Amino acid sequence: MATTVHEPPMITEQPTNGGGAPPAIPPLEERLRSVSDRQPEPARTGIWVALAAIAMSFAAFTSALIVRQGSPANDWQHILIPRILYFNTAILILSSLTLEIARRKTASFIRTQGATRGQAMAWLFATLGLGLAFVTGQYVAWLQLRSEGLYLSTNPNSSFFYLLTAVHAIHVLGGLGGLARVIRRLAPATPILRKSTMDATSYYWHFMGILWIYLLCILVFKL
Amino acid sequence: MGKIFAVTVAIIAIASAIPIVMHTWAPPEDISTHGHAIDDQMKDTMYEAGFSFLAAQLLLGFFIWQNAGRGKQDKLKNFPGGAKGLVIAALVLVGSEILALGVLGQKAWASVYFASPDKDAMTIQAQAGQFAFYFRYPGADGKFGGMHPDKIDEGNQNFFGLDPENDVDSRDDIVAAELAVPVNRQVNLTLHSKDVGHSFYVRELRIQQDFVPGLDLAVHFTATKVGRYEIVCTQLCGLGHYNMKAYLSVLSQEDFDKWLKERAP
Amino acid sequence: MSQEAAHHGPPTSFIRKYIFSVDHKVIGKQYYGLALVAVFTGMILSWLMRFHLVWPNAAIPGLQSLSKVGAPGGVMTPEYYLSLLTMHGTLMVFFVLTNAPFAAFGNYFLPIQIGAEDMAFPRFNMMSFWVTFVAFVVLMSAFFVPDGPPISGWTAYAPLSAVGSDAGPGLGMGQNLWAISIALFCIASLLGALNFISTTLDLRSKGMTLMRMPISTWAWFITSCIALLAFAVLLPACLLLILDRIAGTSFFVPGGLMISDRLQPHSGGSPLLWQHLFWFFGHPEVYIAILPAMGIVSHILINSMRKPLLSHRVVIASMLSIGFLSYMVWGHHMFLSGMNPFSALVFSFPTLVITIPATILTLIWLGSLYGSRLQITSASLFALGFISMFVSGGVSGFFLAQPSIDIYLHATYFVVGHFHLVMGVAAIFGIFAGTYFWFPKMSGHMMNEALGKIHFWFTFVGTYCIFMPFHYLGLAGNVRRYSSFVDDYLQPLLPVHKFITIAAFCTGAAQLVFLFNLIYSRFKGAPAPDNPWNATSLEWTVPSPPPWNNFGDKHPVVYHDPYQYGVEGASADFIMQDSPEKVPVQS
Repeated sequence: MATTVHEPPMITEQPTNGGGAPPAIPPLEERLRSVSDRQPEPARTGIWVALAAIAMSFAAFTSALIVRQGSPANDWQHILIPRILYFNTAILILSSLTLEIARRKTASFIRTQGATRGQAMAWLFATLGLGLAFVTGQYVAWLQLRSEGLYLSTNPNSSFFYLLTAVHAIHVLGGLGGLARVIRRLAPATPILRKSTMDATSYYWHFMGILWIYLLCILVFKL
Repeated sequence: MGKIFAVTVAIIAIASAIPIVMHTWAPPEDISTHGHAIDDQMKDTMYEAGFSFLAAQLLLGFFIWQNAGRGKQDKLKNFPGGAKGLVIAALVLVGSEILALGVLGQKAWASVYFASPDKDAMTIQAQAGQFAFYFRYPGADGKFGGMHPDKIDEGNQNFFGLDPENDVDSRDDIVAAELAVPVNRQVNLTLHSKDVGHSFYVRELRIQQDFVPGLDLAVHFTATKVGRYEIVCTQLCGLGHYNMKAYLSVLSQEDFDKWLKERAP
Repeated sequence: MSQEAAHHGPPTSFIRKYIFSVDHKVIGKQYYGLALVAVFTGMILSWLMRFHLVWPNAAIPGLQSLSKVGAPGGVMTPEYYLSLLTMHGTLMVFFVLTNAPFAAFGNYFLPIQIGAEDMAFPRFNMMSFWVTFVAFVVLMSAFFVPDGPPISGWTAYAPLSAVGSDAGPGLGMGQNLWAISIALFCIASLLGALNFISTTLDLRSKGMTLMRMPISTWAWFITSCIALLAFAVLLPACLLLILDRIAGTSFFVPGGLMISDRLQPHSGGSPLLWQHLFWFFGHPEVYIAILPAMGIVSHILINSMRKPLLSHRVVIASMLSIGFLSYMVWGHHMFLSGMNPFSALVFSFPTLVITIPATILTLIWLGSLYGSRLQITSASLFALGFISMFVSGGVSGFFLAQPSIDIYLHATYFVVGHFHLVMGVAAIFGIFAGTYFWFPKMSGHMMNEALGKIHFWFTFVGTYCIFMPFHYLGLAGNVRRYSSFVDDYLQPLLPVHKFITIAAFCTGAAQLVFLFNLIYSRFKGAPAPDNPWNATSLEWTVPSPPPWNNFGDKHPVVYHDPYQYGVEGASADFIMQDSPEKVPVQS
């Protein structure tokens, strides 16, 4: 029974891709796949599956919005989007950039190609920090709306504003959790971070950014 | 035991078909102008479904009878034509059925829902609320007064929330707990819900339509036979759902006019 | 030191072994156990309902202790009938039909059938089960709040479900608990679907190509794809419902509603929006219920016939088409809902078309029986019974798929008969068949065949006696969800209802035979060999029950298609998937 103690800390994707340290595990063809081998690593498949479900949920919210907008009650009252949302958007996009840099630094560090753990960590923390700033900024946006007398139930527009931003923010918090996990796994003397974990966390984070841009368009053009 | 099972399947299939063939429990007599199209559709579907049902069950029984208990010494055989033949059979059988039922069937649906009510159809408003139906006739002025939910007062019989003091149109509106219609005259029934979802169902009329709160819906029909028929609610609306009903009285023109006059305010 | 989620050592403590286990086999059994509790609860609720329908004024001894308000003196009130109806539907559709064929058997056998040592994300898997468990507890707690469970049916149509207690008993706290329970269930199901999909795609053992997966594995895989997208829509719907109920929003509730003499504060919402969101989930949900049963039944039938189905590819293609089409038909639940009548025709067409793959499957099952060496066991009887029930339930669909006929049959017992035959009987038969087939593997003991056959006969005949008459009632226009039959035209139908009620009690009693068999065999059943049914798929290559990592240190290499039965020139009448024996080339 193999344990991670004997496995190399970072498992590269395909040995035939070249580049990087010679893999300690024999090539895929000669190996029998099992949970312990994790090739191709399920985290990557898993994250696409999860993103499909999340996309579907927001599709459901979007259709609810479209239906509600067409209500015969004709009570759709446009609300002014708090300006801070644009600032928050910039922060989130920036965080995707920092995450990509972090990914490259991490890969370089693991493959002992020049980057240091400190550099990788720095960019990861930067991403984490920007993510937290985003969520805080969203909260500020809610406070601004409240100061204008727009609460969750005030009108359908405000309902959707809070709903969409809150659900997105909850998912972003989940992404922050994923980033924290990556940081925790990179920290020990012998890092136990898998590339697939790093990749999956990154895909999720970038999706949150893309999703946010979509939601921002909805908020600006529909609400 | 395989053979016993095969026989059981056959018996159950045939026994199930008997009440259908004997019309033991069947829809009541159709009293509408559009109902025969629905009934014809139902009959065609019953033939198709009945044939498919019996064929499949009897085939199941037959193959079990034939093959249960065959042992190692018996040669394994494949159904002639294999999967390809069966796929083609399924496509042809079901495909033709879909065409027949679907294409022909849409005519029956269209006659109820795509045709607009006649210009001289009599408009009657139905309101469904927990747990009764009320009906409103526009009165001599031919106009319905506005409804004000905040003015609804069941104790004073103001079921529709009318405001006769300020609303002239509502003064001659006639409100009744039963739906009276003249025979052979098209009725355009508008459907309004006071509270939650309900549904209007008269079996003999071959009409069923949900009341949706917030939506103005309407359904039109022409009753062809004088009589008294039950209107029942078919959309779960609360604890009194089982008891929510009214009567449809199809009257001769003369009797209908009398009925209306008796209730005029 | 904590490991990556996937690879775990053998569990040591009692809690790790039996309670908070990441082992997919334990989780599968936990789901099965939960489904068992749910199904017996749901069945008892149905007895109470059937009793009340036929003897509405009679006291049911003890019922008043369950609810003083709902059944004073043991006589059920109309609202309590509706509460029981709601809970019956919710328990059965979610906690039985999604849990047992999919979560229970799928969790247990999917990894083994593909040669994996566990699911891709074992900790998510454990979370899945326990969130489902919490959802169950939250749902059941609705029985114990003062106003009782909700009365809006498992479909919880707005505004009845959205405005709160003004609309009726149980619609306050009871409905809140329902919505929270279902939301939790959605999360658990999404995690489960994620696991199934990732595992199937990534953890197949060497030689296990997609086409070499057993039909049951395919069925679980397709079901999990459907579940992923369906539950992803129900979760937002439940959230919106909860917001309408407690936060004053108006997603589903229009203005001007006068309920219990109170003008409701909402405005502008759409009841049809709830129906669209719910049925967009609800229709795929019923295919989530039936597809695993189809897979299990195919898997068992092949083994019992000692012969593969006429075409493996066609069966898989049919299941895939059913999965795909299931997303296009939801509006057939809404023909009379007030939606655009043209949409009714648009939805009717794919509803009729979905008959094609269903017919192909049925014809393939039937055609494969020809020339087979059919063995009769409890498992194969339930598999054959499934075909009969699926046909019976399916043909009533021809009627309901057509909007013009639905005008007459909507909301009658005809619909209730249709979905009970396909879900309440056929899918349950799939669960029974799977139990009799796989119990030896899961527990290491054989079930009692004689008791199994007795169980089968009573259930087969009994369920026909219960549900076939529902169609006759529907043709007569007997409306559903009525707590009593007071209308004039319903009086002559009461004798039919009496017959059904008595059949229901008898059939229900027969299930105790099954329960007894399960429990007795678990402890006293004959020891089960590794491969009691001379079957070919990978679960039969491992001990009964399998060790914690399924295949021990020996990982399977797969050389064969999943159903090599009756191969000419082979050493036996079956070849196991991991057998190195070369198959003579078939012409």
